[in-house]
Amino acid sequence: MVWLKPNKWWIYKPAVFLACVAPAVWLVWAALTGNLSANPIDDITDATGRWCLRFLLITLAISPLRQITGWNSLIRFRRMFGLYAFFYAFLHLLRYVWLENLFVVEDMIIDIGKRPFIAAGFASFLAMAPLAFTSTKKWIARLGGRRWQILHRLVYFSAVAAVLHYYWLVKLDVRPPVAYAAVLAVLLGFRIRNAIRSRSFVRREDLKVQSL
Amino acid sequence: MLIKRPPDIPSSEITSEKLYHNRREFLKNLAGMAVSAGIVLPGCTTNAATETAPPVPGPFDTNEPKTPYEDITTYNNYYEFGLDKSDPSRRSRNFKTKPWTVKVEGLVKKPATYALEDLVKGFTNEDRIYRMRCVEAWSMVIPWMGFPLADLIRRLEPLPSAKFVEFKTILAPRDQMPGLSYGGLEWPYTEGLRMDEAMNPLSFIALGIYGKPLLNQNGAPLRLVVPWKYGFKGCKSIAQIRFVDKQPRTAWAIANPGEYGFYSNVNPEVHHPRWRQDRETRIGEFFPRKTLMFNGYTEHVAQMYAGMDLRKFY
Repeated sequence: MVWLKPNKWWIYKPAVFLACVAPAVWLVWAALTGNLSANPIDDITDATGRWCLRFLLITLAISPLRQITGWNSLIRFRRMFGLYAFFYAFLHLLRYVWLENLFVVEDMIIDIGKRPFIAAGFASFLAMAPLAFTSTKKWIARLGGRRWQILHRLVYFSAVAAVLHYYWLVKLDVRPPVAYAAVLAVLLGFRIRNAIRSRSFVRREDLKVQSL
Repeated sequence: MLIKRPPDIPSSEITSEKLYHNRREFLKNLAGMAVSAGIVLPGCTTNAATETAPPVPGPFDTNEPKTPYEDITTYNNYYEFGLDKSDPSRRSRNFKTKPWTVKVEGLVKKPATYALEDLVKGFTNEDRIYRMRCVEAWSMVIPWMGFPLADLIRRLEPLPSAKFVEFKTILAPRDQMPGLSYGGLEWPYTEGLRMDEAMNPLSFIALGIYGKPLLNQNGAPLRLVVPWKYGFKGCKSIAQIRFVDKQPRTAWAIANPGEYGFYSNVNPEVHHPRWRQDRETRIGEFFPRKTLMFNGYTEHVAQMYAGMDLRKFY
């Protein structure tokens, strides 16, 4: 990156780490000091859900940003952003598992079967879990880069399911989930464009070989 | 009458929340003392005593802990002021409630546009401590002040052909109601009740909360309270009352007919198509509690729905 000095990673990384944890710290502070609304549990649920979505989108924005700007060092932050998406998803899910269902698995299974928005949210979380688990260098080596990459394409599914979850749960105003969906569409569209380009490139190469 | 010139009341004269509680405590103790001492003076039973003083908890009151005034007045759904729960309290300052008129029309003997003072003249304010269950699965306990809707309807004398009563919120200019710019609901906000529901002794017109005049965010200067139905049935800042022979088209049923019906009775067995309705978060509590049939008012209202399929008429 042009404006980041490469010898300063020991500053940048913790700085970004703290920035990412700040929303959670703020929520805890606000809840303890009565700075949330009369329904703090709903506030925390909404906020953690939105931060999960934001971090998913930030994670998905890294590759396009690298390609457009050439700032390849951005990749150094991608795992952190992805793990934060998982972190906020976990907090978000905790309300459902604990406060709403008191850890009763049967209740949750019935509920997931009944309610599409719960199913979408749960699917999003389940898809994220193995990615968080295999996010270390050790796991990349163990799986092999190619297989690891294929596995981590689950993030596309997770993001789509998360946006659907949001869209299906709003009472009236669909503008916020639609805004998230639009950003996600751009980020996924970028990958589709890349895929089409590389395929046509391959085809051209094939033609060259044939014509020889 | 309290409603006539609320701002002229110096804040020092408004009963504080603490005093309000004390007053009730005092009366309860007084009544208890009289009973335990076996004092029954002629013409001075405990009933007679309560007639001259504010009432002790009535037959419709819940004795559950009341939600703090601060929460009742800052956590609101009133989309005319905005979609966020904090919008009604933050963005309703320009809303004008004086002078206020209510247009009464339709199948009624006395159709007219009434000044609020005239409409409520002679009614004695009473307190009603009701549970309020929002369709979003949270709930409060609110000490309303006002009078039974039935009293008002009797005063207006609907014709026998009137089968429903429709309420409309005022459609104020946008500088007073900044939320109107969002078109998610059809304005003015419309709600309605079947005539027998409206005449039920639980149905209430509130002018205040905790003995204080309603704040704008709570539906000033007068609003409907129907405690066995989801909160959105409680039409706020009522500007129009119409008696009709057909079931009114109500705001949420227009916006999303698959999810909201005319009746909207609190019912833990009939879930919202997207979220469950058998649990609720009581404001101020950590764990959700079970939602009660008809919000706990079954004994007063169930007979009105005898034989009705409440899954169909949700």
